[in-house]
Amino acid sequence: MYRMRSWSVRNARLLKRVYAGLENFLVRLSPILRGIGYQRLDRPFAAMERMTKGVLLDSQNCGQCIVGFTGLSCPMNCPKNLRNGPCGGVRPDGNCEVDPQMPCVWVLAWEGNKRFRDNGYPIQVVQPAVDNRLFGKSAWLREVRLRTEPAGSSAHEV
Amino acid sequence: MKFDDEPLVPGHPLPRRPGHSSPGRLERVLRAGAFAVTAEISPPDSADPNEVYERASLFDGYVDAINATDGSGANCHMSSVGMCSLLTRRGYAMVMQVSARDRNRIAIQGDVLGAAAMGVYNILCLTGDGIDVGDHPEAKPVFDVDSMSMLNMLRGMRDEGRFLSGRKLTSPPKVFLGAAANPFAPPLDYRPLRLAKKVAAGAQFVQTQYCFDVDTFRDYMAAVRDSGIHEQVFILAGVGPLASARSAEWIRGNVPGIHIPDAVIARLRGARDQKEEGVRICVDMINEIREIEGVHGVHIMAFRQEHRVGEIVERSGVLGGRELWRPRHDWEELAPAEHEVARH
Repeated sequence: MYRMRSWSVRNARLLKRVYAGLENFLVRLSPILRGIGYQRLDRPFAAMERMTKGVLLDSQNCGQCIVGFTGLSCPMNCPKNLRNGPCGGVRPDGNCEVDPQMPCVWVLAWEGNKRFRDNGYPIQVVQPAVDNRLFGKSAWLREVRLRTEPAGSSAHEV
Repeated sequence: MKFDDEPLVPGHPLPRRPGHSSPGRLERVLRAGAFAVTAEISPPDSADPNEVYERASLFDGYVDAINATDGSGANCHMSSVGMCSLLTRRGYAMVMQVSARDRNRIAIQGDVLGAAAMGVYNILCLTGDGIDVGDHPEAKPVFDVDSMSMLNMLRGMRDEGRFLSGRKLTSPPKVFLGAAANPFAPPLDYRPLRLAKKVAAGAQFVQTQYCFDVDTFRDYMAAVRDSGIHEQVFILAGVGPLASARSAEWIRGNVPGIHIPDAVIARLRGARDQKEEGVRICVDMINEIREIEGVHGVHIMAFRQEHRVGEIVERSGVLGGRELWRPRHDWEELAPAEHEVARH
């Protein structure tokens, strides 16, 4: 049931590289994307993300993806929606306090993190509270806008 | 600890010393380098303030601050805000626990402002137990923020004088920020780093989960010392008396996040008086824990055995002769004229 998630975490380095490549590609495409209109593209992009990230990561489509920090383990699968690490309730076998059948997403995130060869662990970056307005929206397009539009523009608001 | 400049009116702030975040007693005690003692008060299922005062008075003279739990175990009780409101009137130093499970960022920030206005100077930011283990499993879990983003948010209110939204506060809450730590839950090798992350997010003190496994705790503290984090945060180790071998086994199997080694359960089972042995184990744990470098105090969680906290503190000698502040329980009965006399 959780096989795909575990596979993604085991291949966190590869997937992170693919993810970063895709992001750079989309950033390069940004003049075209802007021309078509981000708003118009949001739904097809979100659908695409649901298909790819949904299958690979059990992504919950929070619209503000941080799997690059979490070893490719989607933190929104945590029943407590924790985005900053494991709670104190993780069972001795590494499974979730709330759902004893499920491996703790943060135990997986830590395993995934150990596969990243960055300076320091990305899991240590303090993530802000989730923006509930972004659920179901495209995280990729948001990332492109955050990277290509100046601070203070509408992209940085929602 | 009792200070020379204690306020005469219960609940009024102590003068805030340079470099201190709060005008509270707990921060003073810790920054003075004393081995602090805190205890957890169990909130009543009642609207009677006297039950709260009675429960708190068990700790008089034995603890530096009292934790008011916030729906612990996802069970409904009197709120931590309510407990703190009552007890700060008597001058107790309170640690208000705030769980992310039941309130969103709007409610939490509002509660912290209200609490600080009432004289609560310590806030403990918690994720909270899952809703399924409590008495209202059909409720909606909130989890709008997590303990880490809560720390960050409250630090922003205190240090930048702004809500998370950026809107300005006219008078920021001067609070000492705390967090929980569980050195005994997987992934064990990540736990010291998690503490470092909480410190980065704003934690100034932590209270740990029950420590029954001193060896694991020693390893944890060694890793914490290696990274130097023990110099940036005050660490209070959680302890508490177990009532019997059977209840220890039940806790281990049913309460999330509590790790009790077999050796402890065997020691309980082998004792003639298991309840007594539970207290003895707790006293022994305190004495082992206080020898560990980087531990700044203990947090006693004597669930349903609150009346034994004083005895545990005395038998362990953990106060080392420190005289602690005590409340005046007759304050409210004094006539206004007598208040004036007491003030001078």
